[in-house]
Amino acid sequence: MARKVLIADDEPNILLSLEFLMKREGYQVVVAKDGQEALDTIAREKPDLVLLDAMMPKKTGYEVCNEVRSNADYKNTLILMLTAKGRDTDIAKGMALGADAYMVKPFSTKELAQKVKELLEGLA
Amino acid sequence: MRRVDWRMWMGVGVVGLVCLLWLGVTGGLIWASLEENERQAVITAVGPRAVLLIMMWAISLVAVGVVLKRLIAEFKTAPARLAEDAKVLLGTDVKRRLTPQGTAENRQLTEVINQLVDQREALRTEMDQRVQEASRNTELEKSRLAALMSELTKSVVVCNLDGRILLYNNRARMQFKALSKAPAVAGGVELMGLGRSIYGVLDRKLVTHALENIQTRLKRGASAPSAQFVTTTQAGQLLRIQMTPVRAVLNQDLAPEQPDLTGFVLLLENITRDFEDDSEKDRVLYSLTEGSRAALANAQAAVEVLEYPDLEPDMRDRLIAVVREEIQGLGKKIDELQASSANNLRSRWPLEDMLGADFVDAASTRIQAALPIEVSLDQVDGSLWLKVESFSLLQAMVHLAGRLHEECRVKALQLRLAAAGQRAHLDLLWKPDYPDTKAVLGWEMEQIRVGSETMSLTVQDVLARHSGDSWIEREADGGRAFFRLLLPMAAPQEELSSDAFLRTESRPEYYDFDLFQSSAQSRSLEDCLLSELTYTVFDTETTGLNPAAGDEIIQVGAVRIVNNKLLHQEGFEQLVDPQRSIPPEGIPIHGITPDMVKGKPTIQQVLPAFHSFANDTVLVAHNAAFDMRCLQVKEQATGVVFDHPVLDTLLLSAVIHPNQESHRLEAIAERFNVTIIGRHTAMGDAMVTAEVFLKMIPLLNEMGIRTLGQAREAAQKTYFARLKY
Repeated sequence: MARKVLIADDEPNILLSLEFLMKREGYQVVVAKDGQEALDTIAREKPDLVLLDAMMPKKTGYEVCNEVRSNADYKNTLILMLTAKGRDTDIAKGMALGADAYMVKPFSTKELAQKVKELLEGLA
Repeated sequence: MRRVDWRMWMGVGVVGLVCLLWLGVTGGLIWASLEENERQAVITAVGPRAVLLIMMWAISLVAVGVVLKRLIAEFKTAPARLAEDAKVLLGTDVKRRLTPQGTAENRQLTEVINQLVDQREALRTEMDQRVQEASRNTELEKSRLAALMSELTKSVVVCNLDGRILLYNNRARMQFKALSKAPAVAGGVELMGLGRSIYGVLDRKLVTHALENIQTRLKRGASAPSAQFVTTTQAGQLLRIQMTPVRAVLNQDLAPEQPDLTGFVLLLENITRDFEDDSEKDRVLYSLTEGSRAALANAQAAVEVLEYPDLEPDMRDRLIAVVREEIQGLGKKIDELQASSANNLRSRWPLEDMLGADFVDAASTRIQAALPIEVSLDQVDGSLWLKVESFSLLQAMVHLAGRLHEECRVKALQLRLAAAGQRAHLDLLWKPDYPDTKAVLGWEMEQIRVGSETMSLTVQDVLARHSGDSWIEREADGGRAFFRLLLPMAAPQEELSSDAFLRTESRPEYYDFDLFQSSAQSRSLEDCLLSELTYTVFDTETTGLNPAAGDEIIQVGAVRIVNNKLLHQEGFEQLVDPQRSIPPEGIPIHGITPDMVKGKPTIQQVLPAFHSFANDTVLVAHNAAFDMRCLQVKEQATGVVFDHPVLDTLLLSAVIHPNQESHRLEAIAERFNVTIIGRHTAMGDAMVTAEVFLKMIPLLNEMGIRTLGQAREAAQKTYFARLKY
């Protein structure tokens, strides 16, 4: 069965590319446009991996990450933080809150696809 | 009538008696040794001539008297007079020479005393001169200190340990004005003043904490500890404050471990604007970095997806649209950035604010000194402030003028300065011999040359450091050509108001170091000495004499008396819009017309500010009952209650001069020889009242009225205390 990937980002311009890319990699894709929607979608769809943007309306990526990690039901859900915040303190914060990987925008889509693949293989 | 000299008569009497006695005893002895016939012969010979005998006796007594008188005058009276005169000279500073009298010795003595007096006078004069010189030096130092303080660009406030202000400079005054909650009313003078508490502006806890910090470090042996803190004032301004202790003048006798703090110096800096600038810079930096990252990510992802060959045409179009949108977004962001006020991220030279007209003058002087060129001024906007590094900019202008002189033989230049949006245009104009200006192109890119010196910078470099630019233009009518220098403008400076200095001929009294000694007022106010209290002497002008029936205040004027001194600089003067008509019959008296009060603050705005101004002081007014009534009828409307202790100069005058007919302010001022200027303006009357009051304090003192409580009690007993409004 195809792995399910949730893309949570408030930028429609990146959703377009990422959705195409993930589908092309053979994943089942769901999207969310803000933090709250991301949490709802995670509860409903139980994705294997979340591509999580850090700065989103309603709830930030950090808050979503925190909530996901504090819920035992989602202990197998992988989180890849995508963020425009490039300072090492921001990366440290994301990892401390339980993200499995962290990529700073702008990133190479090939590297992103590679990272997602690695994470999901690790799960298997 | 001449005084009878009993000493002479006594002397004459004694000599007469002795002569008689001698004559009697001698005669008796001779008589006893005579035979009977001899005795008979003596009687026959002397008997009829006894009168002669007595006469001779009397005559010799007169001679004795004359001699005695002379002796007394010489040996007794003259030294006694000398002693009296010398005592006068000793006890007073009367300067006179004593006239030598009496014996030679007495005369010598007088001469010696005269010499001593001369010597004493010489010493005295010399001492006076020295004292005068010393006090002149002290005065000079004092006024130098005052000048230095008032000219400093940093705000300085010196307080004693109780937080009472005993020195401040003009800059601090301006700054506190900006901190006032009601800066529009009377210039916000209510916060800054000698003797006022700094805690009116700063949180007491902050200051105490900083002081404790300093004290701890002093005890640990730190030589020059200071403390810094940032605080928000009630008016929402951000202040950075540096505190430095004022230590007692070292006294060898005191144990060194005793805490020797007597006060503290505060350097205040309003960093509100810096803080806002920094925040704006942060925002811009953020939008440049984080903001661009997202856009770049969107574009990059889209471009990378576009590289897939099997893309649907529809998807391709959408991705291309994404790339276009993001690129446009980035372009727009950069435009915004350039337009924003925070376009100052590049490291810059320290630019200073300078009045444009001053800079133009400096340029004119500098060019004329360096080159045989006549410089005149075209239009120069005198209100314009520039933000410049004046040295290099002046060098750049001299360079351009020099090149014009060399290459185009220009002998006359004009300078022009005008504002253009956010920037200023500084133009260097000349009349070219021929219409072509190509010859001057490229000069901005040359290294600046002044005389034989060459700088490593070009004109363009200098302007770039000012985030400015330069170019050559011709006037529309084709007449003059000019270099246009585009320069940044500065916000107009708070020019240290000259009227603050003009009010009095002398330097403002911004300091009173006597306040160092005063300690917290432990006594109750009633027991405080009149000479030690702080007073707010005030007067109001009103539309009429019946405040209870709708007459309104149209002007408030007040001055402060601190430490027995009238502070001319710390006045409160404010016109008030009464929001009703001003009866024309009153206008000739107070001189306030409806036009003057139009648009002025209302009593609801003015009284709270005046209340702050009068905080912690005793109110003084002439016929205070009336003025206090005016304030009291407004208590409900304004919410401020004037429950200060009050002294009335009218009542005090009645206490001091109960037999005088008039206690009107003019009459009292005349009695005390106080000159009246500006009578019947609130400020003028307040000033006169204050001066009169200051003269009353020592007179009350002589009457045994020393404290506030005693003065109020005495005033209440006068007839005038029954007046009601």
